[in-house]
Amino acid sequence: MFFQHFTNGLTLGGIYALIALGYTMVYGILKFINFAHGDILMVGAYIGMFSFNFFRGDAPLGAWTFFSFVLAMIVSAAFCAFLGMFIERVAYKPLRHASRLAPLLSAIGVSFILSNGAAWLWGTQSKKFDYPFDNTPLMIGGVAITPHQILILVVSLILMVVLKLFVDRTRLGKAMRATSLDQDTALLMGINVNQVISLTFAIGSALAAIGGILIAFDYKCYPTLGMMTGLKAFVAAVAGGIGNITGAMLGGILLGLLETFGVAILGIPMGYKDTIAFAILILILLVKPEGLLGKREKEKV
Amino acid sequence: MGELLTIDNISVDYGAIRALKSVSMHVNEGDIVCLIGANGAGKSTLLKSIVGLVPLSEGEIKYKGELISSVKHKVSTDNIAKRGIALVPEGRRVFADMTVEENLDMGAFLVKDPAVIAKRKKEMYEFFPILEARKKQKTRSLSGGEQQMMAIARALMSAPTLLLLDEPGLGLAPLIVQEIFRKITLINKENNLTVFLVEQNARMALKNSTEGYVMENGNIVLEAPSKDLLVNEKVKRAYLGS
Repeated sequence: MFFQHFTNGLTLGGIYALIALGYTMVYGILKFINFAHGDILMVGAYIGMFSFNFFRGDAPLGAWTFFSFVLAMIVSAAFCAFLGMFIERVAYKPLRHASRLAPLLSAIGVSFILSNGAAWLWGTQSKKFDYPFDNTPLMIGGVAITPHQILILVVSLILMVVLKLFVDRTRLGKAMRATSLDQDTALLMGINVNQVISLTFAIGSALAAIGGILIAFDYKCYPTLGMMTGLKAFVAAVAGGIGNITGAMLGGILLGLLETFGVAILGIPMGYKDTIAFAILILILLVKPEGLLGKREKEKV
Repeated sequence: MGELLTIDNISVDYGAIRALKSVSMHVNEGDIVCLIGANGAGKSTLLKSIVGLVPLSEGEIKYKGELISSVKHKVSTDNIAKRGIALVPEGRRVFADMTVEENLDMGAFLVKDPAVIAKRKKEMYEFFPILEARKKQKTRSLSGGEQQMMAIARALMSAPTLLLLDEPGLGLAPLIVQEIFRKITLINKENNLTVFLVEQNARMALKNSTEGYVMENGNIVLEAPSKDLLVNEKVKRAYLGS
């Protein structure tokens, strides 16, 4: 039973981690919480579903449906990357030198615009996202695992490894870290900070789109799909240490595991599952206010 | 030797406070120019205005005869770096969470050719051997002197035409300050790099430079070859403690 819960928790956590990365990367650079991030994952789910249905046509389940799905993920990730950059340019960039509260309010505004826009365009009724494969669980060593769960594990693992390599090894990835450490000095190095910020929004939003698609199979697509998941991913990012990429991955996976084990082992009723997430956040912050891997912020003079 | 940097009557305001008051200066190619003055005289503000980190209220700054900053027109800081001006900022401002090697990579951000980057890194390690020993360490674990050397090496990685240094000796032991100034004069001679440095340690700065300016309360009050300032009675009394 342990491994069964572990697998379930890990898949849930993988999705939280993908979404938490967007919060943490943006915070790392702009010191601001992008509250519209959850709504971007909702848009990502819709775009993924529509493009999957479009590519698939009437084809029965098979290699083509899976290929259509991969294509749909790419389309949705690209669309959300542009959407994220556009939102930053229009709603956040003009407020970069305003008080810290102003972009936060702007983000809440964008969040409402996106969710109401989705309701207006696509209706409030949830729309089913069909599995692109036969989702009958497989038994692996006594653990029942669905192809959907395997997909989540594989996709989130690949994306996290690629992101980590990008940030640690590449010229642009290092420029991103440098910008998050000290913007003025990054400018002195000749780094175009505006481009780095755009890139950060693009990557974060693309990851959210993939996360959105991966949860939409279970939850279907509806305009407020991103609210609870977005909030929990935010919790994961803060618990892991906001601004820290590895922290967001760890926080996401930890949250997924704790939620699953809380229900399964502690016998907490399903309905209170979400309570666990927030109780953990409070606990972690009480013990370690900067989050698991976060650094204590020194006041800058 | 032509005029590399021309500062023409610039003023800078921080809110209601005028930090620089109609300052004019020039830096000739190949020189080491120093600006001395007390804490709060406006020295750092002047360097920041050259790299476009603070806006001008009056006047203009030209580099290689081209306008880089005026009240209406301001080249962005990253583009000023592209034109060949590197600043070693006050307080070093190393990327503390990155390794020494990664910091040097950032200094070479504008250089795209990996072979050139590798060659320059090698040169820097020869020039500052302590950095090679520390290259895989996070910069935060370095001593103040090591961090200052790293900040200078990072600025040199872009092979600048004009190197600006903001208080390279601040907070360091006298022997280390001497070492750093020795390196600066060496780079100036060997690479024909023009240097403009700002320093509170007036004696050290004047001994190691060709031209000197004295700043008080946002005004340039004296301008002369450094060797003349070293024997100037007013400078001796106010800045050299004799």
